[in-house]
Amino acid sequence: MMRILKHRLTWPIAALLVLVLINTLSRASFLQVTTLNGEFHGSLIDILRNSAMLMLVALGMTVVIATRGIDLSVGAIMAVSGAVALTFIESSPTPGDLSTVAIGIVLGTLVALVLGAWNGFLVAVLGIQPIIATLVLMLAGRGIALLITSGKITTINSPPYRFMAQGYVFGLPFAFYVSIAAVVIIVLLERRTALGVLTEAVGINPVASRLAGVRSRGIIWGAYIASGALAGIAGILYSSNIMAADANNAGLFIELDAILAVVLGGTSLAGGKFSLAGTVIGVFTIQTLKTTITFIGVPPAITPVFMAVVVMIVVLVQSRRLRSGVARLVRSVRPTPPARPDLEVTP
Amino acid sequence: MIGILSNVVSGILTKVSGFFGRRSAWIPVFAALGILVVMMVGAQVRFGNFLTPRLVSSLLLDNAYLMILAVGMTFVILTGGIDLSVGSVLAFTGILGARMLVEGAPVAVVIPVMIVGGSLVGLLIGVLVQFFDVQPFIASLAGLFLARGLAFVVSLSSIPVVEPSIVWLQSTRFSFGGWYITPTGIIAILVVVAAALVLGYTRFGRTIYAIGGSEQSARLMGLPVMRTRLLAYVVSGTCAGLAGVVFAASVGAYPLNGVGTELDTIAAVVIGGTLLSGGSGFVVGSMIGVLVYGTIKGIISFLGAESSWARITVGALLLTFVVVQRAIVARSTRRR
Repeated sequence: MMRILKHRLTWPIAALLVLVLINTLSRASFLQVTTLNGEFHGSLIDILRNSAMLMLVALGMTVVIATRGIDLSVGAIMAVSGAVALTFIESSPTPGDLSTVAIGIVLGTLVALVLGAWNGFLVAVLGIQPIIATLVLMLAGRGIALLITSGKITTINSPPYRFMAQGYVFGLPFAFYVSIAAVVIIVLLERRTALGVLTEAVGINPVASRLAGVRSRGIIWGAYIASGALAGIAGILYSSNIMAADANNAGLFIELDAILAVVLGGTSLAGGKFSLAGTVIGVFTIQTLKTTITFIGVPPAITPVFMAVVVMIVVLVQSRRLRSGVARLVRSVRPTPPARPDLEVTP
Repeated sequence: MIGILSNVVSGILTKVSGFFGRRSAWIPVFAALGILVVMMVGAQVRFGNFLTPRLVSSLLLDNAYLMILAVGMTFVILTGGIDLSVGSVLAFTGILGARMLVEGAPVAVVIPVMIVGGSLVGLLIGVLVQFFDVQPFIASLAGLFLARGLAFVVSLSSIPVVEPSIVWLQSTRFSFGGWYITPTGIIAILVVVAAALVLGYTRFGRTIYAIGGSEQSARLMGLPVMRTRLLAYVVSGTCAGLAGVVFAASVGAYPLNGVGTELDTIAAVVIGGTLLSGGSGFVVGSMIGVLVYGTIKGIISFLGAESSWARITVGALLLTFVVVQRAIVARSTRRR
């Protein structure tokens, strides 16, 4: 029992289950999944589809945070990749062609990858603090996206592109498959090779890992490249969902949601040990929370208050000092057997 | 004759290099000042009518709120922290004040409530950071969400501010020659001066630098680390509350006011030569950083270019300064 309680995924899963429970109690239809033309529909399916973007971004963020970094520029990168893809598709003579759409998507993702490499260069080579290095792109990125779309909201009409976010495959949303593919690839890369361990080593102690022969520069660089590329794909999904490149609103505040998802999943912002499963659960938790908030009739604008409360609860639960304080309180309330000096724990 | 001249020149050079050797922290500030001057002169040469008294005066008028925010941010960054909540707090206090005015509360109550509202958010962040070991980034993120949400709780739509005494802050112009200054500008300058004095000459200010330099050492020296760090966040929150008053006076109150302002503020502080790792920097630098930011915006609008260039330029400038700072820090650590 204690082992289950101590497992680091227990609390994130519990939070998600509580949210699902609240939803089910407040409306029975929450768990209902109906089929329409062989496609599944329902609140749960919506959550799966809408969480795809956040999933991609949060995965990249997890790896970056594991290296003791942070990537604030993901929202801006989303805006840029969407702008690049849509501008290309719009200017081509055959916007409905599958090949045109494919090239557009590849272009958008490539540009995002380059932007991620730029972040990695600043952090890994020049040694600039991650917050500030990615802040540069966060500030400039939306400006670049606005220049690409020449200040207007580019809209296109292209069925294959629409399919990215709104299409269904085997009854489930296509976007969901995209996010699952990203999860599988990242998990294979990080957990089936030594990359994950090396990443954690860099995050736990950069100096020691360098002395031990870990090429921290390449690993950090790779983390930012991955984050950039994943954000790029998320940007494609976003623009496909609204079929427009909105440089001002694409991925707005998603960096905050992504960081929150990572923290909810039990990965410490101090770097080092990371949990991809935790991030996945964190993403679903946030998406469910958003659905819940909309459902109980709170105006979406007030959502931030709930987010603030969640952030505070999460960080307080994670806070070592609060935990030891509570532990001390419990010990003082409950009479314990006389302490053995060799077991004395100094706070 | 030439000998004397070269003696004088080399004497000046040693004096200058000695000055900067002892005060290496001032180098980025002077660099920012240099860039400001170059930009202003360049714009004057290019446009011919850039450095008019009216335009330079409006620089202070338009950026008064940013200057106040930057002062508070400087306190927090000097301790090695960061405060992402300032933009939201500005919106929250602004809309709170506007709503209270509509409900009929007197100005003498409203303005203090606005400022204290900012302080409370700052206090909350400070408590999270200091007592629960939450990273400043995350703690102030919670503050950002909270304040933005509360702003929407107060009102979902914009509320015009018509209260004469608050509008007076913005619309009154004390002019001399072509120059003018508004009460908001005076407030901003007073805040800068007060903060510079506090940071330079009080025990609290010096402790802030000590914490940013090395928290461990500060603690071992017996400095009140806990209280000082807490106060730094309260100062930042208070400044954000005050900036809310100034912003509401000039633009009115809207719950989406100041989205992204925290980034502009951080950029201005960094451009002004404050190290993000803490312990080195000056309020005067932050003021110059804000002016650089304002001048960039002015030049962009003069060029008639798209306003998105302003953000790109600020981003590029931020990058340049961070790289320069990085070089300075690397040099000073090597010297040790």
